[in-house]
Amino acid sequence: MQSGTRLGFYLLLTPLVLWLALLIVIPHIDMFLVSLRERVGVRQYETSFANYLTFFTEPLYIWTFVRTAVMSVLATIITLLIAFPVSLYIAKIARGRLGQVLFVLCLIPFYVSELVRTFGWMILLRETGLVSNLLQWAGLADQPVEMLYNDAAIMIGLVYTSMLFMVVPLVTTLESLDDSVIEAGYDLGGNGFSVLREIIIPHAAPGIVSGSIVVFMLSLGNYLTPTILGGKDSLWFTEMIYNQFIVRFNWELGAAFGFMLLILSSLIVWGMLKLTRQSLEETMG
Amino acid sequence: MIPTIPQPRALRIVYGTYIALFFLYLALPLTVVAVFAFNDSQFPSLPWEGFTWNWFFGDSRPMIGVFHERPIIRAVGTSAFVAGIVGLLSVAVGTSNAFLFNRYNFRGKGLLYVLMLLPLVIPGIVLGISILVFSSTVANGMWDIAKMDIQALRPGLLLVILGQFSFIATIATLVISARLQKFDRSLEEAALNLGASRLTAVRTITIPFLMPAMIGALVVAFLMSFENFNTTLMLVGSDAPLTIAMFDRLKEGSTPLLNAVSLLLMLGSSLLALSLILFQRRK
Repeated sequence: MQSGTRLGFYLLLTPLVLWLALLIVIPHIDMFLVSLRERVGVRQYETSFANYLTFFTEPLYIWTFVRTAVMSVLATIITLLIAFPVSLYIAKIARGRLGQVLFVLCLIPFYVSELVRTFGWMILLRETGLVSNLLQWAGLADQPVEMLYNDAAIMIGLVYTSMLFMVVPLVTTLESLDDSVIEAGYDLGGNGFSVLREIIIPHAAPGIVSGSIVVFMLSLGNYLTPTILGGKDSLWFTEMIYNQFIVRFNWELGAAFGFMLLILSSLIVWGMLKLTRQSLEETMG
Repeated sequence: MIPTIPQPRALRIVYGTYIALFFLYLALPLTVVAVFAFNDSQFPSLPWEGFTWNWFFGDSRPMIGVFHERPIIRAVGTSAFVAGIVGLLSVAVGTSNAFLFNRYNFRGKGLLYVLMLLPLVIPGIVLGISILVFSSTVANGMWDIAKMDIQALRPGLLLVILGQFSFIATIATLVISARLQKFDRSLEEAALNLGASRLTAVRTITIPFLMPAMIGALVVAFLMSFENFNTTLMLVGSDAPLTIAMFDRLKEGSTPLLNAVSLLLMLGSSLLALSLILFQRRK
């Protein structure tokens, strides 16, 4: 590098390093250190794994942790199953402008705050809500039905909220699949099912992986949807982190919880990338 | 599967119905939010009591409309302020990062690139608490050493801005990098041959080429910041941005006032999003 570009290099490097060091790397190290502190007196701490021990010995914490993970995986699978046919339709079947219009229609709801979307489901599902009224009107129920505050409501909300992040990568990868390849599949004697299994799904794999990673992350880290649609006892892990930090002011235990959530999400993302032999650079970048 | 391959009629109908149902599912929650903003009742639910504009323009109890509800107006202002700063900061840093990764090869580039992507796979709430913990460590340290109480490092707008910036900067970097990769370097070389300095060449050739991506990144960053909830929740102080203010009200019990705010938000963000899409299509 010449001296002129060398100066330019450091000028460009500085904001990146400041950002990553001060807002990402050091805060996470600090959070880890705080999670290793055990309070033994007023402003007196000892280094120990006590907070992690609390996490692993308290059934409620472990149960919530596992439950959050399982529900997030489930939400990811449901989102994928619902989004795939839609993406295929937008990318390959809809003719002309229809595909573009449908794609934009898919995007619009997600420019609206998650709070608004969740509020919409609340109006629909609650005891005095539309669905309950509809059921009574149709004679399927003889009194108001409460459909909020259960796992199904949480699931509906999570799937709805994540839909876009599945549809966009799927549509992008499916659009890059040449029609003639599908036609060749049929010419060679394939039927709809075998073409789907042998050609379309393998081609869409990168989109499936990046969509699934993002949806899983968003579900795991979601606070709003489980709290509003699941009610006070929705047992979502982010709620426990919030409670430890803001309500109980037990930052040490909260930091340990945060770290566990980080490990869980990293493990699953890493596992999915390994399983499909992709790297974070290709999937996200 | 594709238009050139004929499919049985029954399958086409089933598929078409599925797509229609899907879009119904997408539209349903937003539609009910919008419709009940006009319900002449204290609750955003059935029965329908008649049409009213009061949840927008009403100025007397019990129906104070959005435009007369001070806390909500103030929260909108706070959100816009935060989103504006986060947007500008993200685009500035994102542009700088894009040039760094596009133009230079250096040791540790791969590692830095992966680190740069990480904020996308860290749950927002964890980003929030880690920044909360670190800033209070710094603040406590400053107090112990110099007896200085730095209020800015306590939960408040500065931390909200930093927290949102910490992951929105990644998105801005990706959007701007994607466009910079398509740039033809020979255009810049031509400018250099014609006697322009390096900086002039970048300023007059490369930056105008990047402009659509920079504007796109700015709009996306603004919207993401405006709507952010998780990270903001952990870092917020006494000035609540709109999402937090609405969440607090939602917990207390909702009135159609929230529907009215939501409807305005929907209109605002879809206008912004649509104009962005049209703007990019034109380019």
